[in-house]
Amino acid sequence: MHVESKLRKPLITGGKTLKDVSEDICKRVEEKPSLSWYAAMILSNITLVVGAYAVYRTLWDGIGMWGLNKTVMWAWDITNFVWWVGIGHAGTLISAILLLFRQRWRMAINRSAEAMTIFAVICAAMFPLLHMGRLWIGLIWVLPLPNTYGSLWVNFASPLLWDVFAITTYFSVSLVFWYIGLIPDFATIRDRAKKAGRKISAFIYGGLSFGWDGAAKTWSRYETVSLVLAGLATPLVLSVHTIVSMDFATSVIPGWHTTIFPPYFVAGAIFSGFAMVLTLLIITRKVYNLEDYITIKHLELMNIVIIVTGSIVGIAYLTELFMAWYSGVEYEQYAFYNRVTGPYWWAYWSMMTCNVISPQLFWFKKIRTNIVATFIISIIVNIGMWFERFVIIVTSLHRDFLPSSWAMFYPTIYDLGMYIFTFGLFFTAFLAFSKYFPVINMAEVKSILKHTGEKIKK
Amino acid sequence: MSEGKKTYWKGIEQLKNDPTFIKNSQNEFPEFLPIQGSSDNSRRDFLKMMGFGLAAVSAAACEAPVKYAIPYVDKPVDVDASLPNYYASTFSMGSDCCSVLVKTREGRPIKLDGNKYSKVSLGSTSSQVESSVLTLYDKQRLKYPILNNKESNWRAVDNFVKDELTKKGSKKIYVVSHSINSPSTLDVIDRFSKKFDIIHVEYDTSSYSGMLDANEDSFGIRKIPYYDFSKAKTVVSFGYDFLGSSFNHTLFNKQFTSQRVVSRDKREMSRLYTFESNLSLTGANSDHRIPIKTSHSKIYIAELWNILNSKIGTSRDYINYNKSRKDFINLEILNKAADDLIKNIGSSIVISGSNDKNVQSIVIMINELLRNYGNTIDLNKCYNTRKGDDSKMVEFISDLEKKSVHGVIFLNSNPVYDHYLSSKIRDALDDVPLKISTSDRIDETSVLCNVIAPDSHFLESWNDYEPMDNHYSFSQPTIRRIFDTRQSQDTFLKWIDSKENYFSLLKNNWRKKQKLLKSNEPFQIFWDSLLHDGVAEIVDKNLKNRNPLPNSYKNRISEVNNILTLIDRESNLENFELNLYHNMTVSDGIQSNNPWLQEMPDPISKVCWDNYISINPKDASKLNVKTDVGTMTTNLLSLQHNNESYEIPVIVQPGQAEGTIGLALGYGRKLVGPVGDGVGFDANQLLDSESSFQNFTVGNIKLENTLKDYRIAQTQTHDTIMGRESVIQETSLDEYKKDAYAGKYQFKVATSEGYKKPEEVTLWNGHEYKNHHWVMSIDLNACTGCGSCVIACQVENNIPVVGKEEVLNRREMSWLRIDRYYSSDGDVDDLQALEIAAENPDVTFQPMMCQHCNNAPCETVCPVAATTHSSEGLNQMTYNRCIGTRYCANNCPYKVRRFNWFKYHDNEQFDKNIAMNNDLGKMVLNPDVTVRSRGVMEKCSFCVQKIQQGKLLAKTEKRRLKDGDVKTACQTACSTDAIIFGDVNDNNSRVRKHLQVEKIDKATLKLKEERAYAVLDEIRVSPNVWYLRKIRNKKIA
Repeated sequence: MHVESKLRKPLITGGKTLKDVSEDICKRVEEKPSLSWYAAMILSNITLVVGAYAVYRTLWDGIGMWGLNKTVMWAWDITNFVWWVGIGHAGTLISAILLLFRQRWRMAINRSAEAMTIFAVICAAMFPLLHMGRLWIGLIWVLPLPNTYGSLWVNFASPLLWDVFAITTYFSVSLVFWYIGLIPDFATIRDRAKKAGRKISAFIYGGLSFGWDGAAKTWSRYETVSLVLAGLATPLVLSVHTIVSMDFATSVIPGWHTTIFPPYFVAGAIFSGFAMVLTLLIITRKVYNLEDYITIKHLELMNIVIIVTGSIVGIAYLTELFMAWYSGVEYEQYAFYNRVTGPYWWAYWSMMTCNVISPQLFWFKKIRTNIVATFIISIIVNIGMWFERFVIIVTSLHRDFLPSSWAMFYPTIYDLGMYIFTFGLFFTAFLAFSKYFPVINMAEVKSILKHTGEKIKK
Repeated sequence: MSEGKKTYWKGIEQLKNDPTFIKNSQNEFPEFLPIQGSSDNSRRDFLKMMGFGLAAVSAAACEAPVKYAIPYVDKPVDVDASLPNYYASTFSMGSDCCSVLVKTREGRPIKLDGNKYSKVSLGSTSSQVESSVLTLYDKQRLKYPILNNKESNWRAVDNFVKDELTKKGSKKIYVVSHSINSPSTLDVIDRFSKKFDIIHVEYDTSSYSGMLDANEDSFGIRKIPYYDFSKAKTVVSFGYDFLGSSFNHTLFNKQFTSQRVVSRDKREMSRLYTFESNLSLTGANSDHRIPIKTSHSKIYIAELWNILNSKIGTSRDYINYNKSRKDFINLEILNKAADDLIKNIGSSIVISGSNDKNVQSIVIMINELLRNYGNTIDLNKCYNTRKGDDSKMVEFISDLEKKSVHGVIFLNSNPVYDHYLSSKIRDALDDVPLKISTSDRIDETSVLCNVIAPDSHFLESWNDYEPMDNHYSFSQPTIRRIFDTRQSQDTFLKWIDSKENYFSLLKNNWRKKQKLLKSNEPFQIFWDSLLHDGVAEIVDKNLKNRNPLPNSYKNRISEVNNILTLIDRESNLENFELNLYHNMTVSDGIQSNNPWLQEMPDPISKVCWDNYISINPKDASKLNVKTDVGTMTTNLLSLQHNNESYEIPVIVQPGQAEGTIGLALGYGRKLVGPVGDGVGFDANQLLDSESSFQNFTVGNIKLENTLKDYRIAQTQTHDTIMGRESVIQETSLDEYKKDAYAGKYQFKVATSEGYKKPEEVTLWNGHEYKNHHWVMSIDLNACTGCGSCVIACQVENNIPVVGKEEVLNRREMSWLRIDRYYSSDGDVDDLQALEIAAENPDVTFQPMMCQHCNNAPCETVCPVAATTHSSEGLNQMTYNRCIGTRYCANNCPYKVRRFNWFKYHDNEQFDKNIAMNNDLGKMVLNPDVTVRSRGVMEKCSFCVQKIQQGKLLAKTEKRRLKDGDVKTACQTACSTDAIIFGDVNDNNSRVRKHLQVEKIDKATLKLKEERAYAVLDEIRVSPNVWYLRKIRNKKIA
């Protein structure tokens, strides 16, 4: 039972009752998909198929289908990888860290944020897999498995191997965490389906809910497991992008070889992740009429996170420039001079505008509580964060130590196709999720309903 | 047994006490278990059959490629599988020849190395020589003789030709060939012409007629004397590219650089002045390069004579030319050059690339005045590789036009493509009844012939050569004829109904010469020794000294005066002067169908798969030329000459003299094969066909920009070094004399304990190389950038050719590249200005390959440990293990790693890579080196297969590996000895002595050689390749 605070505004508006919650959320799973859902799904599928052609050509003919060359051997592939992994971070942060900090506002958004994490990590994983010259053996050989080659081990010193561990751990913990959260809600859908006599639905959701019985002991276990998993997932929020950043930080290439990368990457990841959550939720709440659950308050709080992380990222950019100057290292200085004024100046300044300047607009309350403005800025931030990774990877590589090897990178349609493929994958998965899974954690949201609020009493 | 106890039986048999049961019960397994039962199908058999069946079915389902390897029934005596055999032989193409060692594996020639015994080449090879082994396996070669455009056989061809030759009547028969220096071949031609009264005409694709005629006039010898650049302290070249497009340039490189290498004890070097319009390799290696119009070089030469004559001359003979022409020349630098020449009397060389007899006559006079004959120029040994006479060719063509020619035999020559009068020859050939070519393919000339009697490749032939007077070189077949071809000498002998074949004729000739060689051995032993060594020299003590006496020269001034009045009369200042040249890659185009040469970047412009107009940056901006280095896009210029216009791509070339343009010959072939056809523009058509001699300088060229875009493939697009002293270090000789460490980039790292050297603050533990420690040293002063190492590496290591499109995508596969940097006039801190090369830049060449870092950044980042460190300091690449993440290549500071973006072998899309895409071409592949699959990384291995070979050989001989047993392909090919490779743990190794290794501490070398430096020392990757600082010898005062 909650006591109504005079100071705190209710997190769920519209005077929802417990029944309303179940009704609002389960309705989407139970009813026929809307026309707009079909349209979106078809569009996503088309994107997926078009992108799959690029994947097919890459696998069939070779990595040469992309625009890479002898100087720039990573470009869009790793840019997209880091970008997708970064996006994934918001989900874990919302569900794990905010759970530990007992930020109850997270309850309305954590389900979809976690789903986004999982799909984003899947999309991200596509790139390190498909960018391998020989995927078919690489898939096995990057794992430290016992073998018959006189026991040939992987190279534990390689940051790419750390990536393998980091990403797989992250993915599996996120998946389990997300799924555990889904079990009570699946049980709700199962029960409703049973009552309505939808046998197939009841059977499937019954299976998915692992025989959830709603007993106090079950709930207690559920809470404990959630907390334990939150504890496990919390360091992962920091570790994954730290390790991803080490792909660059441990190298010798000017512009990559810098110790600031781990915190800078983590901040950037949360920054882009929140932006992506915003983009998706603004659409979802509109389409599914969930304005009472995902309120302006939520958007505002997330916008504040964006100001904070965006500012951290901005400081990191400036620190890099300062360190390049202060180090006195010719190559380091040139790398940053070239970033700012070289042939890829437009990428650098796009990054600066999108990531450093645009989030500062959220200092104005009017802007950060305006849905349209938030939506636009969230997309701008995602574009900016893509450019950040592009700038780091391509502008550092294209002009490194020996001027004889300096070159430009130009993407081909297959680079674009790979990117499109992951978008198709992401949205197909997300649309399927929003139709078949409860998009808001009903069980948790019910716990923050204001039973004693003024409206309820009425 | 007590009553109360129950008895349990194991079976009814036990109850019955069946005797067989009792017997069997003692065994571990009772009989009825069908282990080895009498039945045909036991349980185990069933499982076996089942297992086999399952495996067999699934195995059969996989499509296994069927490959046939046919073993020798009887092992040939001299063939051991996997061991190479070397045979001395001689490369011969066009007018060139070069003594080589042919490496054969299982009977296939796969690599040519230089023959160290040769005094003409001194064991060096050019890119042309290195790549010629692939021409042997060119599918485009004719597989049978051709008679009247139809496949034929030798009998029919012989009958037809013999019949035709007798119908000659009063008309003439010509044999047209390149310069032939083979005494026995000349003997055959002699016999042939005796029988049929034939006229033999020789020409060279790059004519030396003017020089030869001038020598004939002055000394009575129509030959090119032996120039010894190793004795020359001052060299002045007027447009003669002796380090590049010249004949025998590998020897000149070797001689020249012997004067350039400096050390603590030898702090002197020669000085080279070059006056030229195109930036040639010679210009790039000179201390003073003066961009001039080639047509002005006459004035320079005349003025140089006047200056020298006034200072050291004894006569009053001056060349009186129009003094207003003096404005065209830079007198200041010419005076400097003259001072140097006077200072080094008797040890200098003045040389000119002009094909004008008059100009060459003045040059001879200058050299006589400088007393160079007998010192740096020796008429007692002359070259025979350039003998072509332009006037004879003109005569031949006028005979053709007069229709007084009954027959022409093009002996391995293709004048319809590569002669400056090609258009006239083509037109006049129609009326010749008998046209014979011995070309190995259907080319521009042989396509017009009634008979093609394809000659065998030089690797399939017997021959002897005399490239220099009394210096002989021999050819022996190293493979049986691949196709139904016949050596042209044999063909000629057949046509004169000789009983002898060429091999016996050759042997007989040498039987006669045996005495001259002072050999008393039985002939067979003598002959074997000739073939074993591949070379021989006859020392003729009675030879009369042909060199002129000092202070004697033939006054030819009156003859030359008149030409100088013509200078620049034709030259319209608004129009351009075109200078055609043969480049270092496809050269005159004989080997245009060789993809190795086509993809070899030009040493200066780094362009491959094209020829182009090179133009001065100022002229380019006047013409509004727009280039983009990122996409390698340039404009097509419209070149107008003689009322014709041609569209040719342009390259903005720093160092190109203003008002001049350069364009390479040897491109635009129409009939050479799928690789070379249509590559570039055929510039032979621009040569002046009215001239009485071949003149590579064509005046009055109009240029217009068509503003059309064209993509031209370059392997390097950034020209300047950006002031990066840890990459290229250089200094001047004067500074070096004062302080041997001058110009050394002394990088220090700031630490809490003050400034420290990079190696003192390393995080690495270092390595102990207990056995060998392989190190390479590259002397930037010796490297002239010629690029033969690049081709040698390609041949040795099965490096694929990727084609123009992929070079445009910057994906060429070369393991070894030569970085070429231009100096910039920009201020060190002005990074934008540093990107722009100086108008007449100093040029530096830096061979760059895997540096085999001791602390290799590529090794730590590979997730599967596919690139690892060997116990001998090698950074090794395990292709089988590589999964292609490309992280190693990104993390390589030298960007020397190459990725297999596609499958380059057995792939129709890469059909230009003929060495990997057809069965014949594949014969050239080195069986010791894997052909890499798609998706794996590759890079220089320090020729690890050769190291292994050397070690195994030492092991079988039960000795330790000695220095020189292992030589990398690039080292072997390097004519200037710039690359030295060896084991620094071996106290006697050359590389150790060369670098003056003082101490080795955990693989970190401490060197006493002041010039040695490691590229990018400050990042402490600790490379095993050391570079020796470049020293320039500029005259200051």
